[in-house]
Amino acid sequence: MTPVAPVEARAVRPVGPLVISIEGVTKLYHMGDETIHALRGVSLSIHRNEYLAIMGPSGSGKSTLMNMLGCLDTPTSGKYEFNNHDVAAMVDDELADIRNREIGFVFQTFNLLARSDALKNVELPLIYAGIPPHERHERARQVLESVGLKDRIHHKPNELSGGQRQRVAIARALVNRPSIILADEPTGNLDSKTGVEIMALFEDLYELGNTLIVVTHEESIARHARRIVRLRDGLIESDGPVD
Amino acid sequence: MDRLAYEITESLRIAMAQIRANKMRSALTALGVIIGIVAVTLMGTAIRGIDIGFDRSLSMLGDDVIYVQKWPWNQVDDWWNYVNRPPMRPQDAVALNAVIAATPNSELEVAVFCDARQSTVKANGASVSGVFTRGTTADYGRIVSTDFEEGRMFSESESESARQVCNLGYDVAHALFPGRSAIGGTITVQGQPFTVIGVLAKQGSFLGLFSFDNYMLMPLGAYRKYFGIRDENTELQVKIRDKTRVPEARDELIGAMRRVRGMVPGERDNFSINEGQAFKKQLDPIKQGIAFAGLFVTGLSLFVGAIGIMNITFVSVRERTKEIGTRKALGARRRTILLQFLIEAVAICAVGGFAGLGLTYGLCAVVKSAMPSFPLVFSVSLVFTSMFVAIMTGIVSGFVPALGASRLDPVVALRYE
Repeated sequence: MTPVAPVEARAVRPVGPLVISIEGVTKLYHMGDETIHALRGVSLSIHRNEYLAIMGPSGSGKSTLMNMLGCLDTPTSGKYEFNNHDVAAMVDDELADIRNREIGFVFQTFNLLARSDALKNVELPLIYAGIPPHERHERARQVLESVGLKDRIHHKPNELSGGQRQRVAIARALVNRPSIILADEPTGNLDSKTGVEIMALFEDLYELGNTLIVVTHEESIARHARRIVRLRDGLIESDGPVD
Repeated sequence: MDRLAYEITESLRIAMAQIRANKMRSALTALGVIIGIVAVTLMGTAIRGIDIGFDRSLSMLGDDVIYVQKWPWNQVDDWWNYVNRPPMRPQDAVALNAVIAATPNSELEVAVFCDARQSTVKANGASVSGVFTRGTTADYGRIVSTDFEEGRMFSESESESARQVCNLGYDVAHALFPGRSAIGGTITVQGQPFTVIGVLAKQGSFLGLFSFDNYMLMPLGAYRKYFGIRDENTELQVKIRDKTRVPEARDELIGAMRRVRGMVPGERDNFSINEGQAFKKQLDPIKQGIAFAGLFVTGLSLFVGAIGIMNITFVSVRERTKEIGTRKALGARRRTILLQFLIEAVAICAVGGFAGLGLTYGLCAVVKSAMPSFPLVFSVSLVFTSMFVAIMTGIVSGFVPALGASRLDPVVALRYE
């Protein structure tokens, strides 16, 4: 289990304007003849500068909600506004653009491109954003430096440790200055010491004014956040500050 | 627009990295394309070569010469209508020239009588067999499409006095008088000596098979004296003034010949007018048939190569499903993913096409050095055409798997292991 950071270090920062507004969202999946209600009417507001954990056992709709928040998927019914854009009505390429500009993804399995070095991996969202090469290199290098990988810029993923890989992934999530950072079990593939380091990095990012959403099933990880949303059977069971 | 350019650059980089990372697989896939491209381009060079060979052989016949003969060049079913026609005779040429001279603004220039046979020509202990030996008059010098390499045509008086002089085709001259001038040399045909007074310039061969330079010309008087004129093969060769006005010349020639033969209106022509341009039209469908069949068969091998590309692209999409999901999560649009896999397929095809082209070039060079006159024609247009074909192969065969990749649901793709 990852130890929890000392309570006195965990100041709650004032929140900013509304970023995400979800109202009565449902999601149905059809598996053969069976219809699965992954979400049964979820409402949630997330403001800038929040540090939020989404928890729940498997089958609770946690992953579905995360995909929805990440604009990877659209709701079957209900309202989803991201910075006042109606996400529910968007088509594929519009969703791709909003993911590119507004959301930084951090995956449990890092999902780095194996044949590209750290710099190229971090540059990828900037390529999709149409940023010219010179600016791309510059920004990617700065972000890699800021996550402590100054000496690893030209290393490929297989030349990096797990923690370093996750730092590259976090740099990639940060590089396009997104509105939210969405992390799915970010310490799930790391040993506990490295996990602590990554959670400390998240803490720094929060202090710097980023908005973080961490999806996890580990209580100890969730307790790093300032607010915990618990899901069960496609509904929000509880939503409140970490006590 | 910048964004698209960056995406393409990135896709190219990834494609190259991908090919490098899967060297064996890419090489085998490219091999399919290489074989296809080599087959198609070799066929292309051969078709072009045959084309050029046909054209050259037809210009040998002379595109400004019309032939008056007993038989037409095309196959006839009613041979009985032709067999009793009178043969061409030397006096027909004389009479025809008189008619031409009497016609104001005639389309025709001169008519010459010819007869020909195969004979064996000897000199200095060497001999050349199957030489196309043509007996004709001095006027033939005005018709022949070849220049003289050295010497001259025999004269009117040499022709009429049956002097034993001759002109040799390039191959005959160089076979009998290797490394030195044939002029003034003596050759024998059926034991009769002839003095060489002219050698004609090289014309080459048809498809590297039949030489156009294996012939000799001799005065008609001598030819008649020693070999006799065989009526079946005699012909009048008529040179026209303007080769763009073949139909008009042809019509005039028919009228003139009917006067020479003293034919009454309504009577059927008892001669055939043959000319190269009409003959060429008959050959065109044959050439097209060869080209179509050849390209179809070789195209099949390229098709197999294309299937290989499609297969490898499917495999690549399958292997990298998770990567596709990641890229989509990071903001790749459908177009971006489509381009990425399409560029990969095209890159393998382009590499294959390039290698295939190099191989074809090498094979052409080998064939050229082994058989100098075989008409394989490697051209710049061939380079562009085959690269175009290779790239189109990549686009067409990569499109379906690439489209599938671009339409993947990012949630499903990210979950793929």
